[in-house]
Amino acid sequence: MKIKVVKDILGANEQIAERNRQLLDSKGVLAVNLMSSPGAGKTSLILETIKRLKGKTRLGIIEGDVSSSLDAEVIGKEGVPVVQINTGGGCHLDANMTHSALGNMPLQDIELLLIENVGNLICPAEFALGEHKKVLISSIPEGDDKPFKYPSMFHKADVVLINKIDLLPYLKFDTDAFSQAIRGINERAEIFQISCATGQGIEKWVSWLLTQMSRRQS
Amino acid sequence: MHELAITQSMLDIVLEQAEKAGAREVGKINLVIGEMTGVVDECVQFYFDFLSKGTSAEGAALSFTKVPTTARCRGCDKAFELKEFDWTCPYCQGNNMEIVAGKELFVESIEVE
Repeated sequence: MKIKVVKDILGANEQIAERNRQLLDSKGVLAVNLMSSPGAGKTSLILETIKRLKGKTRLGIIEGDVSSSLDAEVIGKEGVPVVQINTGGGCHLDANMTHSALGNMPLQDIELLLIENVGNLICPAEFALGEHKKVLISSIPEGDDKPFKYPSMFHKADVVLINKIDLLPYLKFDTDAFSQAIRGINERAEIFQISCATGQGIEKWVSWLLTQMSRRQS
Repeated sequence: MHELAITQSMLDIVLEQAEKAGAREVGKINLVIGEMTGVVDECVQFYFDFLSKGTSAEGAALSFTKVPTTARCRGCDKAFELKEFDWTCPYCQGNNMEIVAGKELFVESIEVE
């Protein structure tokens, strides 16, 4: 006997993600899912963001890593609430892990939640966490062919940050061709060029974040 | 390696549907997978063999229908299969497109006894 099913395999994850989003909405928290390959600058971006928003915006951070709490310790020193998720070998965060982390986060005390996903350009693209915005960091040393190699990730991003632009004089990277490739399959993506090392372009990123927060409140 | 989580979710759906139908055994599982999801058939098969042990889906055949990544050009409105490393429209050479297929990831049907 053949049974017609037509059920989205990630439907269960989507449902939990939706519940996470409702919880965040009820507390007035904007959640941003930060994704990139390992070493592209997710933690550096979080630290730069904290530096500029501390005292102005109440931040919370969820750190996703395969193992260790190194990143959470670095961020914890900034005096910002941080919850570490260790996936224990898993290559991405999912909605259920995020749900547990939200339970340990003082949501009533924060208004902006940055979720650092596991460094990986493939798997995190498929798993919604309940975030409001997806942000992808792609750095100059990775090369400008990444949109072609990981189309799903670039297709879903609300923002693409091109990080480490201070290295442009030393490496071959065509930012125009890179941006054009992204826009080709994702015309709504906002693209910012930044350097967490020099601070260049970070203001624009922070102002984008603040705009998203004010849009939600209005 | 997201195939592990995906295979577990797929198996959950299959077992739930099989139980609902009062099935004794699942013979075949028909899956539809878009190329853009990056899901590798061999990996799903590998995890499935492991995860389905001792369930009514143990030994079921997996059938994969792959959907190529297809785009529709916003310039000339024609649809075409997206090629690796070349995202220009083959008809008008435009480079602004909408992905219309390739993101599928679902259990289409199961065959049970």
